[in-house]
Amino acid sequence: MSNNEDRFSQALKEILAGGFTRTIISVILGFLVGALFMIGSNPEFIESLGYFFSRPADALGAAWSVVNEGYGALFKGAIYNGDADTFVKAIKPMTETLRLGAPLILAGLGLGLTFRVGLFNIGGTGQLITGLIFAVFVATRMELPFFLHLPLAIIAAVVGATLLGALVGFLKARTGAHEVILTIMFNYIMLYFFTFLMRDPALLQEQAATGNPKADPAAETALLPLLLGDEFKLHWGIILAIVAVFVFWWLMERSTIGFRLRMVGYNPDAARAAGINVERTYVLAMGLSAAFVGLAAANQALGTQFGLTPSAHANIGFDAITVALLGGSNAPGILLAGLLFGAFKAGSPSMQVLGVSPEVLGIVQGAIVLFIAAPPLIRAMFRLPKPQTTNVLGEIRDRIFRKGGAK
Amino acid sequence: MKLELRGITKRFGTLVANDSIDLTVNPGEIHALLGENGAGKSTLMNVLYGLYTADEGQILLDDKPQDFDGPGDAMAAGIGMVHQHFMLIPVFTVAENVALGHEPTKALGALDTAKARQQVIEISERFGFNVDPDALVEDLPVGVQQRVEIIKALSRDAKVLVLDEPTAVLTPQETDELMEIMRQLASSGTSIVFITHKLREVKEVADTITVIRLGKVVGSASPNASTSELASLMVGREVELTISKKQAEVGDVILKVEDIAALDDRGQRAVDGVSFEVRGGEVLAVAGVQGNGQTELAEVLLGLRSSLSGRGHIELTGQDVTEASVRARLDIGLGYVPEDRKKDGLVSEFTIAENMMLNASYKSRFTKGLSINFPARAKISADLVKEFDVRTPSIDTPAGNLSGGNQQKVVVARELSRDVNLLIAAQPTRGVDVGSIEFIHEQIISERDAGKAVLLISTELDEVLALADRIAVMYRGKIVGIVEPSATREQLGKLMAGVSA
Repeated sequence: MSNNEDRFSQALKEILAGGFTRTIISVILGFLVGALFMIGSNPEFIESLGYFFSRPADALGAAWSVVNEGYGALFKGAIYNGDADTFVKAIKPMTETLRLGAPLILAGLGLGLTFRVGLFNIGGTGQLITGLIFAVFVATRMELPFFLHLPLAIIAAVVGATLLGALVGFLKARTGAHEVILTIMFNYIMLYFFTFLMRDPALLQEQAATGNPKADPAAETALLPLLLGDEFKLHWGIILAIVAVFVFWWLMERSTIGFRLRMVGYNPDAARAAGINVERTYVLAMGLSAAFVGLAAANQALGTQFGLTPSAHANIGFDAITVALLGGSNAPGILLAGLLFGAFKAGSPSMQVLGVSPEVLGIVQGAIVLFIAAPPLIRAMFRLPKPQTTNVLGEIRDRIFRKGGAK
Repeated sequence: MKLELRGITKRFGTLVANDSIDLTVNPGEIHALLGENGAGKSTLMNVLYGLYTADEGQILLDDKPQDFDGPGDAMAAGIGMVHQHFMLIPVFTVAENVALGHEPTKALGALDTAKARQQVIEISERFGFNVDPDALVEDLPVGVQQRVEIIKALSRDAKVLVLDEPTAVLTPQETDELMEIMRQLASSGTSIVFITHKLREVKEVADTITVIRLGKVVGSASPNASTSELASLMVGREVELTISKKQAEVGDVILKVEDIAALDDRGQRAVDGVSFEVRGGEVLAVAGVQGNGQTELAEVLLGLRSSLSGRGHIELTGQDVTEASVRARLDIGLGYVPEDRKKDGLVSEFTIAENMMLNASYKSRFTKGLSINFPARAKISADLVKEFDVRTPSIDTPAGNLSGGNQQKVVVARELSRDVNLLIAAQPTRGVDVGSIEFIHEQIISERDAGKAVLLISTELDEVLALADRIAVMYRGKIVGIVEPSATREQLGKLMAGVSA
């Protein structure tokens, strides 16, 4: 194993070992950063800066009101809309958060699994698209009864994604090629292959070919059924996600398979000496990881009545990286992180209505993960030594008491 | 330039890495610093180079006390260091690497490559280094890369040159060339500190030898001293290890090794035609100065390192395991206490309980179907912790939080609690406190008395003499002799230096 890889695996370990407190602090800091951007782009605030010293209250008031409105809109758009006239409309935002969070949770579980094994899987997008291709084929090109069609379409998505994941693992184990390069390049290959398939009616393009790359809508028998009736868009994808969270938890924390995966992640040398085939474990980890991503693909392909376009991956493969990092790559963490970022997606339209640019949420999301990941990552990139005292408070205390207590 | 270290003490927490070390290196002298791994040689040199600050003691250059605040100060004062792992940029040329850090510049800060090249050519010619200034470093063999490091130090006017384990990465031919270079540098007035644990090299090139053991200077010798004398100084004899053991009751052959060979990480032949047998109820110790192929031999026996194909074979309880996987060998009944427990023996982040099932995660008493059997694991771990006297707050403590001795007890407990036929214990008491040493020794002997075969690989002569029923001495990848434990230290010392009995 090269030094390079060691450094990044080490960084990954440290990121995942960050702990609950650092996560909460990072989330709060992320929201603060987002608030600064909202304030900075607010015309009333900028105007009031001109006479800041004569009437500072104006500027502060403007700042407070824009942040209050912005995050207030996020809450209304993503959790509970108190202004709505019916109960259904009031809780609809919450169901949207669940609907949009489900694929993030599923893909987040997948990427989190590889992080636990010390692999940097950046290929969520490619694996997701492979899953989409398989699922779309089953959902649009086959005619089956519901009780067969839906399960088969889900299984197809999982199989498709798993194949690509295992291929990456195999190439890494066999040739030593780095998984970061492999997965990133497969993202491009799969994205354009998907588009290519949707340009030919003989392949996956819709029958009423318009010339645009677009697939037929999934057959009704292959759709994930709605969960709460016709008034909500929420479908069974969220149930899939919750089941997957439990499976992931059992797999990683309770099963012997997860035990070996974690062992390889922490210390591949000791794993080898303990009789574990580390290369084969990499293939297994990439395959299992992609299987979870495949479920996210099923959610995307079978959760909408509209035909898919090349952008159907909705950037979930990348967002899932942030979900896994924020969630510490463990089951409950990923569930919460997926819901948080799902809420961002659900809430951004209502922020836009108020004139607050919803991209602020992208900044919040990035900032949160940056605060979590940056210290060890930056050390790894610049080959800085790990500080001897990581406990700042302890260091200060030592400094204060050294004079008196030294021998 | 004369270098003098006075009473250097360096502590890391409770560990005393250097314990008031005195050392004087005269101008133009090649001074060898001899000691086992972990004896404190590198720490001492890092203090000299300004990487560490000494807790006590003084560094004097030409009798003037120095106060280094970093390698920059040390370099400016005339100390050059060639690290074991080269600090070169592979995609830069030799001249660029030499210039790096104090680049000669022309107007407007443009790099004066001509001057940098000139410098390399000059030094290279003066000492006959034969280095092309325009070659890319990544294209050069390691021996030449090392010369680039030396040129780098000399180009900064180093008067004292520290070479940290310089031969560890070299082939024998390159080693001979390096020694020639060292002699030339010394004759031109450069003082050289040569850190090594290889006796042959020391005898060949050094003017003065200082032996360090466990952070202390334990003696100095002239290169005329016999190799066995140096070897016994190095491995020490302060601690009398005594263990009562009864006469061995030798049983069937458990491990049979015939004519195996293997390469080390650098592609050099590290194990070269080794054959031996270990029977049930006996301890065969493999002794020798470190770096003579013992590590590689242990790895071949476990299956971590492949033996050269088409040559020799390994039999474990009558089964041919030459091509078998690690897991297959473990299943047949091989127990393995690795030389480097932190790297190969434990997962520091795992709890003690998790470490106890490290190599039993497939179908075993720790599992129930595909799940871990948590109650069974907790019970077995608690019992083992008690039986092997592991000092820990709980079985859920991460192994990395334990002291070295307790970590080693976890490894030993795990390996001995599996039903093994053969125990391979490599340096089982390295970095372990005295109390734990005794305990681990007793466990090894009780395995032997239970009729198991034990292969002990150790560089500690005392340990070998205390435990072994037969002693095989390794030198340069070969077993140069197998003797009875009644052999004298002198006989062993000679064997360890490669003189056949």
